[in-house]
Amino acid sequence: MEETVLISLIVNGASVRCRVEPRESLVDFLRYELELTGSHVGCEHGVCGACSVRVDGAVVRGCLMLAVQCDGSRVDTIEGVAATGEARDLQQAFALENALQCGFCTPGMLLTAQDLLARRPNPSPEEIREALSGNYCRCTGYHAIVAAVRRAAEARARA
Amino acid sequence: MKPASFAYHRPTSLDDALALLARYGSEGRVLAGGQSLVPALNMRLATPAALIDINRLPGLDGIVVKGDMVVIGALARHDAVEHSALVARHAPLIAQAMPHVGHRAIRVRGTMGGSVALADPAAELPACLLALDAVVRVAGPGGAREIPVARFFRGIYTTDLREGEIVTAVAAPVTRPGWRSRFDELARRHGDYALVGLAAHCRMGDGVIAEACLAFCGVGSVPVRAAHTEAALAGRSLEPAALAEATRALESDLDPPGDLHASPALRRHLASVLLARSLAALGRA
Repeated sequence: MEETVLISLIVNGASVRCRVEPRESLVDFLRYELELTGSHVGCEHGVCGACSVRVDGAVVRGCLMLAVQCDGSRVDTIEGVAATGEARDLQQAFALENALQCGFCTPGMLLTAQDLLARRPNPSPEEIREALSGNYCRCTGYHAIVAAVRRAAEARARA
Repeated sequence: MKPASFAYHRPTSLDDALALLARYGSEGRVLAGGQSLVPALNMRLATPAALIDINRLPGLDGIVVKGDMVVIGALARHDAVEHSALVARHAPLIAQAMPHVGHRAIRVRGTMGGSVALADPAAELPACLLALDAVVRVAGPGGAREIPVARFFRGIYTTDLREGEIVTAVAAPVTRPGWRSRFDELARRHGDYALVGLAAHCRMGDGVIAEACLAFCGVGSVPVRAAHTEAALAGRSLEPAALAEATRALESDLDPPGDLHASPALRRHLASVLLARSLAALGRA
């Protein structure tokens, strides 16, 4: 058994102190230690985007960061984003457009789309596709997801 | 928990990082952005005894112009380079290549130094640095040294870095008047590694290509300068005959591998397609 390292970080607004093995990925830490199972584990080599989480405001692959690297950082998961309601309209748009089926990719899609809309409030369908190109969906398909992001963008522009 | 166990160190000075590297020798790996190393750890393709996390070393993430060089620190994230006004103005080739590097979630973590030290032959940045005649700056037990990119990349995932050395920065000459840049690549899906990529940096004048610097990625074990093609284009106008000659010259410059993703013949064809597209775009610009 290797040595563990004490880390302290802010997860979804709450302070967390925990001992972790250096080899534990951020997404495994969130799921196993904190029981935040909204971030999903897909490919584990940075291709599928199901593990997307925010670290210090930037959307990253949770499987390509080690938990130990997040010492002192602020981490936001889909649970935190859902709780604050910052992406509630986007979540509703996904439901209205049937942009999810099994839901495995949805947390990563929502975080990535929310990040896009924060940077580009009125993205074209091409820009949406480009922004979501690192997030795989294996059942609904992408048309409905792109439509949902457009719907949320248009609603925000009117608000 | 997928990676094999390793010790974890997070030095806060370059000297401490170098001391740790010296201590572990080839059993220690430098962790920068981690976007290639961590997948290798997850799949246990890499099983180092220790990771030396350099992410919190101060002063290695700068992007500055010093004299006639654009200096990009090893820890400059791809996302920062992509959005740097200095890079866009003084090294537009690198700015153009950045959107092709992985996806945004990869670019917010991945670093210039990591990309250079990894030396993936399909990666965009090494080809750009080769086209620009850039240098790689490293620090190590023997002090600091500077290596021309043309001598830095030695083979697949193999560089001129010696044991115990760390990349600290890359430096590319500031682009001069009359020079135009164009990066383009062909991949099956956006964000995938390119089947073939072309970093082109050319001096244009009076409707002719005065000088051409062309570096391809994805066509060999290292990024490749297309010297015969460059010579065939020098001083030529962008007419069909010149392009035909350059395309023939390209045949002798490239000896691409075949793999799961593309045959040698397909890679040759795609390289000539990229050459024609890039030259046309440079002519229009």
